[in-house]
Amino acid sequence: MRFAVIQFGGSNCDRDAHSVLSDICGVETDLLWYKEGLQRPYDAVIIPGGFSYGDYLRAGAIAARTPVMKDIMVHVREGRLVLGICNGAQILAESGLVPGVFTINAYPKFICRPVHLRVDQPASPFTSLYRKGEVIRIPIAHKEGRYVAPEPVIRDLEDSGRVAFRFCSPDGSLTPESNPNGAMHHITGILNPAGNVLAMMPHPERASEAILGSDDGKKVFLSMITHIEHSGTGKQKKWRKP
Amino acid sequence: MMYLAKITIGLKEGMLDPEAMAISHALGNLGFATDDLRTKRLYLIRFDAADAREAEEKARGMCERLLANPVIHHFEIEVHR
Repeated sequence: MRFAVIQFGGSNCDRDAHSVLSDICGVETDLLWYKEGLQRPYDAVIIPGGFSYGDYLRAGAIAARTPVMKDIMVHVREGRLVLGICNGAQILAESGLVPGVFTINAYPKFICRPVHLRVDQPASPFTSLYRKGEVIRIPIAHKEGRYVAPEPVIRDLEDSGRVAFRFCSPDGSLTPESNPNGAMHHITGILNPAGNVLAMMPHPERASEAILGSDDGKKVFLSMITHIEHSGTGKQKKWRKP
Repeated sequence: MMYLAKITIGLKEGMLDPEAMAISHALGNLGFATDDLRTKRLYLIRFDAADAREAEEKARGMCERLLANPVIHHFEIEVHR
């Protein structure tokens, strides 16, 4: 099993993701400079957080149009896993791999603090080790993280169970004050239709060791590893719509 | 032939514009009351095209493929020699 973490100019959570995967989860993980492309098949690709291209134009817009994304599209078509975290989620939305856009927070301020998330879809390769409705606490750190999509897209996400995570209060309820950036329907983690791509604004790699305050995010990576172990090649086999 | 495209990108009607709200608030602090304030981004791009029609097509392609995000933006194009 082998993971890749893509580094763009301006990525700054690449080493955190690499450390969690290789040191904490014990998976062989390559740090790949984006210009190198995917030189070999990987079971999973992580697009980490940061400020690729200085967030010029729109967060993630320019990275989404680099040649490495063509390799990642092929990787996705083959049914392998892609996790985009924060800037990685913005890149996935800008590339069209997931619908909608993560745009400027309703109150246009950079927010960096732990938040509560509700796991709404545990039947995915990224969330299988969580329980449905489980509330976890992991940090966000973004100014452009408010999820926006046309109403029919939101309905489709809801109807097909592709909302993986939502901002919530500590008891799991969806109160206005528990939605830090004003995201539609409190959405902050979405799956592509095939279920092998997850785009999420919160940072599970910053919450994977109890000594750092929370290890609630570690199960995202462990779920991926479990999925790959069960499917052999990392190819999507067991995903089913709920 | 060289053309100059003036491309204006703005948020679609009804989209929340948090930057505009912050700017409007700051103007209010300076004593300038505003009824409505919107932000737009203007691109001035010079490039070669066979004629005005091709220039406009190219500018549209730039908008659709990179400069605008169709989920939240609309764009206006003016092409000049």
